[in-house]
Amino acid sequence: MNDKQLMAGNHVIGEAAIRAGCRFYAGYPITPQNELCEYMSEHIREVKGGVFIQSESEIAAVNMVAGAAASGARAMTSSSSPGISLKQEGISSMAASEIPALVVNIMRGGPGLGNIRPTQGDYFQATRGGGHGDYRTIVLAPTTCQEMADLTMDAFDLADRYRNPVVLLADGMMGQMMEPVVFKEPKPRNYSEAYMMRGAGSGKSQIIRGLILDQLELEEHNWKLARKYNIIRQNETRCELFQIDDAQVGIVAYGTAARVAKGAIKRMKGAGMNVGLFRPITLWPFPERELRKLSEKIKYFLVFEMNLGQMIDDVRLALQGFAEIGFFGRPGGVVPTPVELANIIDQRYFKKNGPISRG
Amino acid sequence: MMGYSLAHSAMTAGYHTTYLPSYGAEMRGGTANCTIAVADEEIASPISSEPDYLVVMNMPSLYTFQNKLTPGGALFINSSIVDARPSRQDIEVFAVPCGKIAESLGDIRASNIVMMGAFIRKTSLVTLDTYLRSLETIMGSKKKKAMEINTKALAAGYELLKIS
Repeated sequence: MNDKQLMAGNHVIGEAAIRAGCRFYAGYPITPQNELCEYMSEHIREVKGGVFIQSESEIAAVNMVAGAAASGARAMTSSSSPGISLKQEGISSMAASEIPALVVNIMRGGPGLGNIRPTQGDYFQATRGGGHGDYRTIVLAPTTCQEMADLTMDAFDLADRYRNPVVLLADGMMGQMMEPVVFKEPKPRNYSEAYMMRGAGSGKSQIIRGLILDQLELEEHNWKLARKYNIIRQNETRCELFQIDDAQVGIVAYGTAARVAKGAIKRMKGAGMNVGLFRPITLWPFPERELRKLSEKIKYFLVFEMNLGQMIDDVRLALQGFAEIGFFGRPGGVVPTPVELANIIDQRYFKKNGPISRG
Repeated sequence: MMGYSLAHSAMTAGYHTTYLPSYGAEMRGGTANCTIAVADEEIASPISSEPDYLVVMNMPSLYTFQNKLTPGGALFINSSIVDARPSRQDIEVFAVPCGKIAESLGDIRASNIVMMGAFIRKTSLVTLDTYLRSLETIMGSKKKKAMEINTKALAAGYELLKIS
């Protein structure tokens, strides 16, 4: 059945995961990702070998996922911001042990318990590792329900390819929002049996561990991970360019903020102000080269986030001083409207510089 | 339900659509609102700065959202429970006694569908047929009786609104 369906983001992630072959899900309820837990509880059991566990805590869930993934299952857990904080120990552990799994974060207002409104306050946590130690997770940031479906499937493939946990970073608005979705055909899984722990057999014992007491041995392990992260940086950056060709101002935004930005861009175009959007789809690795290239033409970038300014650090690193950078953000679960953003860009740029026609 | 069914029928009619619900943190009895975007092209922002149409079913919604409506936009009010009227003069206002009509049809729970009838009459976003088919898909085939009342409620709302 590949018809267009009107589905909520949380359900889309669940359905895409099951179609991609996810057969183990463990999670603990928290708003605004409850519908994902709920969807998995109902539907993962309908497929052969599918296991759903509502665990006693978030920490238990992530460790169950690590165990299931180590034994070869495509595994996933999900939560919202405070719950993701609890999972960090497990994510660090999976990165150390090179275990592939998908961790979905449907962000809500923070810090602390915060509120249940959509924000982007967990950018640092997601892209800097979040837990302790020198490690990275691949971070994918969808903007539409369709992209949630596609990126969920891709996330499992990336996790397998690099034997690394992958984070799908969305927010409460995307979890609740409904849009028409068509599910693509998932790729066949490509993951070596040699990495899977299959229980006591006749062969040699297999050990997966993150505890490496010898410092030189641990150093070598860290270098090995570093080489892997470098390959990911080289090969896996993704971004979308929207109306950027004749733009005077480039907005840099991801997720829900990118949707608001597109709305603002369309409005401004009508008023003769050419604004474009650079949207990172992978937040780590950040598409630095692609953004820096734009600074050959665009000299003012406005970073727009639903937080106090986090991705702006990556934008600064990417642009290396080649363009001016401004910031607009609202934390705490407020989603700015396209008009609000358009007014900000007008005040900060066009009122001073005026529109230039590129004849 | 109103929003979901409208978004579903807009999708069926071939439009791009987004449906963005928003509930309070209350378990029961809180207010809820939703934003639906319908377009011929890909929808940039599912968040609306200035909606073209606003439907309010209770008083708190009128106070919260009346000033968001775009100048020249249309406001639909459930006049069975909303006594107040907006002070704005730059919008069209349609008062629909949804509760009263639904009650006379036998089930006050069909109030929202009465409103959808009026809304469709004014906006012509989708046809009554498309909307009814969406409603049927959403409610499932088991609720025949509810669908009968819904069909009547939709027609009543549609007939009520006289558009010149």
